[in-house]
Amino acid sequence: MLLPSERRWYHQVLVYGLLIGGLVVVAVPFLLMVSTSLKPQQYTFEYPPRLIPRRVTFNNYVQALSKDMFFLYFMNSLGVAVSTTTSTVVISSLLAYAFGRLDFPGKEPLFYVFLVGMMIPAVTLIIPQFLVAKALKLLNSHAGLVIVYVTMNLSMQTFLLRGFFESIPSELEDAVRIDGGGRWTIFWRIILPLSRPGLATVAIFTFLYSWDEFPWAHVAIKETTRRTLPIAIALFQNQHLTQWGQVFAASIVGLIPVVTVFALFQRHFIRGVARSGLKG
Amino acid sequence: MATSTGERIELEARPSLPARGLALLRQVYRARTAYLFLFPGLILFTAFVIYPMLYSLRISFYDWNVIKPAKSEFVGLDNYQMLLSAPVFRRAVLNTLAYTAITVPGQMTLALIVAVLLDQKIRGKTFFRVAYYLPVITSWVIVTLIFEYLFNSQAGMINYLLRDVLHLVDEPIRWLADPVLAMVPINLLGIWKGVGWSAIIMLAALQEIPGELLEAAAVDGAGPWSRLRGITLPLLRPTLVFLLVVLVIGGLNVYISVLLMTDGGQPLDLTHSVLTLMVKETFDRLNFGGGAAISYLLTAFVFFISVLQIRLLRRRVEY
Repeated sequence: MLLPSERRWYHQVLVYGLLIGGLVVVAVPFLLMVSTSLKPQQYTFEYPPRLIPRRVTFNNYVQALSKDMFFLYFMNSLGVAVSTTTSTVVISSLLAYAFGRLDFPGKEPLFYVFLVGMMIPAVTLIIPQFLVAKALKLLNSHAGLVIVYVTMNLSMQTFLLRGFFESIPSELEDAVRIDGGGRWTIFWRIILPLSRPGLATVAIFTFLYSWDEFPWAHVAIKETTRRTLPIAIALFQNQHLTQWGQVFAASIVGLIPVVTVFALFQRHFIRGVARSGLKG
Repeated sequence: MATSTGERIELEARPSLPARGLALLRQVYRARTAYLFLFPGLILFTAFVIYPMLYSLRISFYDWNVIKPAKSEFVGLDNYQMLLSAPVFRRAVLNTLAYTAITVPGQMTLALIVAVLLDQKIRGKTFFRVAYYLPVITSWVIVTLIFEYLFNSQAGMINYLLRDVLHLVDEPIRWLADPVLAMVPINLLGIWKGVGWSAIIMLAALQEIPGELLEAAAVDGAGPWSRLRGITLPLLRPTLVFLLVVLVIGGLNVYISVLLMTDGGQPLDLTHSVLTLMVKETFDRLNFGGGAAISYLLTAFVFFISVLQIRLLRRRVEY
């Protein structure tokens, strides 16, 4: 906003002051979660509340991780997230190739149908999806979760990948065709390898989405042993209203994959958000 | 051009329906590889988006029997009529509209400030960007639990600040026991979690604005404030419209935070959002017809609002 010539010393003070003020508001809730998870149970409701624990203990972690099949829920979530991610990458890149680089009757209307999918809020489809899944015997199964997660991601990810695919120069395709390669060869040898950043963006967003997804899993999974982590954490809090230390310990462990993915692909991630308005 | 005249002649001659069908089939056959690429996605999309949309429209006209769908009774618009006159539904709509009206401007204003700050020449830009983005990548379930703890009536940080630090209240406030007060943590959470996302998108748009443009305006005597109003905001307009539409849709669809924070509409079903009420009607009270009607009203409203916003706010932007 301010040009270099207009900058005064107090502008810098104001900028850093506001940024740090905002940082406090963003960070304190997280710090409170971490510190509560490290406090002994009896200090959960200490008054006045303290951000720095008087005594640090890992008891909450030991307790939370050893009971209520936490490990099982973690693995359930991981399995669902990995399956969703791989399926979404494969299926949406097939779609994006057809929509981005092939011609066929019905292309325009079909593409618009897919775009409508981006406008429908996921939760409003839960009721009929529940009935469809029931009819197909997909309730209470991880397959049911994965299928719905992939479908709900298709529109957005196809749209994103189509942009990447379209930007590849068609001379490369012609070269393959001269050598006698067909559509599949072009797709495998040219399009996919050249779109690695796009595929990575799709993978990151889909992984985070399915790791965190709550509404569908909440409705579709009733069998205790098949729960995913978000469901388990929410229900655990509901059943043990006062055991905040354990709730937060479990939450923090559940955050580890998210923070790791984010830390590794931070640049990528933020570029994806900024470019395409993906909701992370 | 030979081909186009050829086509016109064919059209005038009106080839028989089977002949036209055959021509289309030939085109389809020639493009068969394309359909193979489409196949898996199309099947999923049809089975779990298109068909469900039509199916739930049908359900919304029935007193739906989940156990024996064939025994469901057609009730016409009764489900819709019942909703519009139900106080619980009206309250849910009111709560949802209020949430949208508060969190959308809240997020956009704060995000614009954050984006402008991050656009300055500062140290630790990446650090700040990542930090402000943390609430966005943290799941709704976890941030909702954190806010429940922050707003806890006995020993919550917020009550402590209000009572013992700022001395604004004498007694700790029981935020979640009161249907109106419960909206405070829910709305604040909505803003707190969303700012980072909008800020990143606005920041990207700010960085697109050519610096020479601002410098030229400065040479012509425009101060920082008039440059913001005259150049930056108009050039941000498409981004702001995009954000407005997406955030309003998100606001109208608020779900997880309300569900967990109010324990499903407590007290007395007065704290519902439209979606928590939809899920409760459907899966707790087994009123699938009513639930489907709610989902259709919401979808229609979301669609209407989005089109309206795009129409009203889209204007050509030129450098």
